[in-house]
Amino acid sequence: MLWVVFEVNASNVVPDTMAERVKACAICHGEADTVGQHVYYPRIGGKPWGYLYNQLRNFRDGRRHYQPMAILLENMSDAYLMDIARFFSEQEPSDYQPERHIMQSSEVQLAEWLIFSGDEDRGIPACSNCHGTALMGKTSYIPGLLGLPRAYLTAQFGSWRNGGLARGLVSDCMSEIAKKLTDEEVNAVAKWLAIQAVSVKPEPAETLTPELANRCGSIVMDGPGL
Amino acid sequence: MSVSVDVPSKLKKLTILLIACVVLILLTVDNAVSGNAADLFNPAGLDPQQQRGAYLTRAGNCMGCHTARGGLPFAGGRRLVTSFGIFVTPNITPDKDTGIGNWSEADFWQALHEGRSPDGQLLYPAFPYTEYTKVTRQDAGAIFAYLQSLPAVSQTNPLHDIRFPYNFRPLLYIWRALYFKSGEYVPDPTRTEQWNRGAYLVQGLGHCNACHTDRSLLGGAENDLAGGQIMGMNWYAPSLTSHLEAGSRDWTIDEIVELLSIGISERAVASGPMAAIIRQSLQYLSEDDLRAMAVYLQSISDSKSDYAADTTPPVPISAYHELVKGERLYQIYCQECHGSFGEGVPGIYPPLARNRSVIMASPLNSIRSILEGGYPATTTKNPQPYGMPPFQQILQDEEIASLVSYIRNAWGNSASRVTVFDVERGRRVGTE
Repeated sequence: MLWVVFEVNASNVVPDTMAERVKACAICHGEADTVGQHVYYPRIGGKPWGYLYNQLRNFRDGRRHYQPMAILLENMSDAYLMDIARFFSEQEPSDYQPERHIMQSSEVQLAEWLIFSGDEDRGIPACSNCHGTALMGKTSYIPGLLGLPRAYLTAQFGSWRNGGLARGLVSDCMSEIAKKLTDEEVNAVAKWLAIQAVSVKPEPAETLTPELANRCGSIVMDGPGL
Repeated sequence: MSVSVDVPSKLKKLTILLIACVVLILLTVDNAVSGNAADLFNPAGLDPQQQRGAYLTRAGNCMGCHTARGGLPFAGGRRLVTSFGIFVTPNITPDKDTGIGNWSEADFWQALHEGRSPDGQLLYPAFPYTEYTKVTRQDAGAIFAYLQSLPAVSQTNPLHDIRFPYNFRPLLYIWRALYFKSGEYVPDPTRTEQWNRGAYLVQGLGHCNACHTDRSLLGGAENDLAGGQIMGMNWYAPSLTSHLEAGSRDWTIDEIVELLSIGISERAVASGPMAAIIRQSLQYLSEDDLRAMAVYLQSISDSKSDYAADTTPPVPISAYHELVKGERLYQIYCQECHGSFGEGVPGIYPPLARNRSVIMASPLNSIRSILEGGYPATTTKNPQPYGMPPFQQILQDEEIASLVSYIRNAWGNSASRVTVFDVERGRRVGTE
């Protein structure tokens, strides 16, 4: 009898947790098999909190353009965005099903060369320089590059190349880098990243060098929220 | 004090400067966490008049319009898209070249009270001087004193982009003859002081009528607080005088205050533009002022008991299969939060059964809530609200139409059917 009463009550109790509060995000960022169209939406679980926090503020404040996110976040305080960022950063990177793309061996070579060596002559640093040798980002501001759909990656390169204004009004190193890449290189890198499996979390905290902080202002961007 | 500086000390200073730079950058990283607009309204060193002004500036939510999305507070640049064209809000920081640094208190009063700029030019009523004219000279002076205490921001905003013939300013003489009457609020001696304070705030600084009213083709307010489509926003601001919409005669004062200060109550949630007003303005009002507004709002509304039983015709039998489709969608996507009987969870997930914003004549807000989802305002009393997903990411317009039709007619609700055309209209987002 008591058990029955407990069950009835339990069904009306909303858990006082962040997981319950961010259920709205799962419609796009949830587990792959529960989502209707997941070809585009990026993984957010396990990304560094500083990165997530800044992107949330960028969406809300119009520095990064994606209207569904802007509307969803419109009435949120900085403090709440921080809570949300922390919550997702503490999640395990979700079960990412690596995409399947056919890549010629020359294409693989091109991608791996850019990702792990970069092209010094053209001033293109290796991705792994900043995003970690495992490409899973570095706490607290540098995002991981694995576990992201190719469509999402290509779209990001697209907006960086289109002036970078869409991504931010402050200095944006990715905009500079993306503009130096050819279409072929963007495609190879995006494909290569999308077919990798995700296994590890971001590398442990590393003090952002003042040089990087200055060059990539959008990463550590500061300013009052509304 | 020595003026000459020897070389080693210079080097030392340089080193200190370098260390300071590094520390500053690291601090900046930390500060990214604590950036807070609250400090803007409570800076140290304000005199009592400026402090009062800061409070009133919030009550009038001047910052809401005079700040671009993600821009510097009060520096203007926000685009208001209307059927007459695009208005760009001006910089009202005390910058002498691009703001109002050269204005006198009398200039400010003239703008607020008469809708005229210091050079005598008529202002477009996108600036709600039709309401602000009711503000007392003393309050206007306090607001001006506060605005002048802000840090000056040099920011030149784009010009208005207003269509012909509305860009011909002298036409405003005609508009004003039709729709504008200047004059401070005159207290009603037959009412209590509290009621008059509420009326003053609602009609004046709060400029509630800027949204909660129908507008003529010329943009004049048609009625007082009786609800209407918000200009350029594609949201419906419900009537504050009708029990069928957001009239509050059948609510308690506590409940009205709760909604206005927290953003969500047991039976309602403020969404869309109203959530923004609560976050930016209403949550910061004093308990006394909120109660006064509640008393006034309650008094201007009619009551359910003034009318015979509801006579909305039931949905025709031909539409039943659509409602069944809607019910199935409800069970899959909505029931988990809003409950099997549309009962919701008080203060967390709003009830849908007998929720007036669900069953009012205009389905626009329900449609937009489903399309875009959203979170109630974060407020000091509700810092971590629960949210609603944007279903436009996974549902088709036909599905949303069935869903809204079902919700409007389930659990004792009764309202008109919603069509795909209605949902399409809900997708037309206006401002920004």
